[in-house]
Amino acid sequence: MTTYPRGSLTLRRSLARNRWNQLFTAIAGLFTAVAVLPLVVVIGYVLFKGGSMLSLQLLTQLPPPPGLDGGGIGNAILGTLIVTLVAAAIAVPVGVGAGVYLAEFAAGGGFSRFVRFGTNVLAGVPSIICGVFVYGLIVSTRLFLGQSYSALAGGIALAVLMLPTVIKTTDEALKLVPQELRWGAMGVGASRFVTITRVTLPAAFSPIATGVVLAIARAAGETAPLIFTALFSFYWPQGLFNPIASMSVLIYNFAIMPYEAQIALAWASSFVLVVMILLANLLARWLGRISSS
Amino acid sequence: MAAGVRPELFQQRRRPVWELLVDRGFQKLVVLLAAVVGLVLLGILITVMGGAREAISRFGLSFLTTSNWDPVGEHYGAFTAIYGTVVSSLLALLIAVPLGVGTAIFLTENIIPLPIRQVLGLMVELLAAIPSVVLGLWGIFVMEPFLRPGLNSLHQLLGWLPFFSTTPQGPGMAPAVLILVVMILPIITAISRDSLLQVPQALRQAAYGVGTTRWGAIAHVILPAAVSGITGGVMLALGRAMGETMAVTMLIGNSNNFSLSLLAPGNTISSMLANQFGEADGLQVSALMYAALVLMLLTLVVNLIAQQIVRRLSLKY
Repeated sequence: MTTYPRGSLTLRRSLARNRWNQLFTAIAGLFTAVAVLPLVVVIGYVLFKGGSMLSLQLLTQLPPPPGLDGGGIGNAILGTLIVTLVAAAIAVPVGVGAGVYLAEFAAGGGFSRFVRFGTNVLAGVPSIICGVFVYGLIVSTRLFLGQSYSALAGGIALAVLMLPTVIKTTDEALKLVPQELRWGAMGVGASRFVTITRVTLPAAFSPIATGVVLAIARAAGETAPLIFTALFSFYWPQGLFNPIASMSVLIYNFAIMPYEAQIALAWASSFVLVVMILLANLLARWLGRISSS
Repeated sequence: MAAGVRPELFQQRRRPVWELLVDRGFQKLVVLLAAVVGLVLLGILITVMGGAREAISRFGLSFLTTSNWDPVGEHYGAFTAIYGTVVSSLLALLIAVPLGVGTAIFLTENIIPLPIRQVLGLMVELLAAIPSVVLGLWGIFVMEPFLRPGLNSLHQLLGWLPFFSTTPQGPGMAPAVLILVVMILPIITAISRDSLLQVPQALRQAAYGVGTTRWGAIAHVILPAAVSGITGGVMLALGRAMGETMAVTMLIGNSNNFSLSLLAPGNTISSMLANQFGEADGLQVSALMYAALVLMLLTLVVNLIAQQIVRRLSLKY
């Protein structure tokens, strides 16, 4: 083994610049630890405090009146599913349609630039403003069957929130579809409609599905648009035209109550909500991986 | 003619009328769906402005500069909430930017093995998926009690500064800022990480080739090349922080009394909306709509600046 003489090319750790280098690396590592810490602590607490309450009763019973013990969050789980489904049923067709327009039909004119710009602006609108909008449009005017607060109003507020995400993912996914596929379909005589519905959209299915699942997961955890549109209810859901319970509003309402039992239900609700959202995120990642393989 | 060739297949086929109709109808439909975006934006603007009209004509611009919120005397001024919105988001940025950019550097430069970096990156992204109301719950029952001794000693040490002049009593501006940091950290980290990854590898190699250290390359080559993306991400995070509602509402204390102290309860526009909108009527609804309009304009300006920065500053290699 040959030994080299120490020279100008060997690393000298004692040099000031190498010391600074190590110091900054250590600081960056520390920052990373600090950034990851909240996730670990929050999830740990939610799993620990909420998971210990998990039982069949929790998932199937109604919440107790304030001050009483027992009960569950069955109506809130069902309510979150219903409101989110309503939101998806509105936002997915509209969003995918608008995305198809942007990617397949837009010629770069004024209207398409306006739609792109509008999508970006809408993505930046605070979620509470969506709630204020739907309150002013639907709740205070009693637009649906004379009802003020309703599950449908909550679903529409969430749909406004989901819309920009769905449009953007559809637009970007369709742009990644190779142009040759479209030419090929046109070449064998397919119409524009058939080309898009049978060739381009299926080719872009998995990135679109990923975006839609992520948007749904985000909407399921939103509270601000729901507190004065869907409101809350201590009963089982009664159709789309009545106030409805949801897990996120339950957490908000119960967390500020002075009763132990209600606060415990808020933790349990957080547990169910976080588990559902994390599962949806993993599902989205899995969907994304299908496309890349 | 050779067997098997069927010339009729190569003749021009007239497209049936229904096919043309379906095509044209489909195009009209997607244009209509795209127009929904514009309609929704217009609807939001009209609803909020229409609702705010009464308060605008009654209070004018003094709404923005007075902090008297009095539903009984029907006099409203949103200065406390506007100040709270701007200050809480700026302070949150001040903490989250170094943390987020530092994390992004740690996760993109070759400091630790790739699999560990990917896991850490995934964890930061999952943090963004946790609903804000859950973070608020955690903030109330875990973070705030944990922080209170620290905030107390801060008050005792620096109480002569107006920013720490009140005794911490639970909810307040400081816990709200910290929960905002947790909420915008994933955005800043994710966008900084993407911009750092887009810096061409050749730039890094050239910097190392002329003999700089890792942090020499980061400070003088890599960060300047990625600065447009990072700034855009920071502005987006600022917009998000201003509009963030639930966690802040649960932690800020919702007080309309103006105080410079970060340890005192305060208010933001969104927390005020979340708190009062459901039970308000008459002029109070209009005043809240006015506040909502201010919030919308603030976030709109910030988001537009963010888009401009990304477009203008993007470096061409």
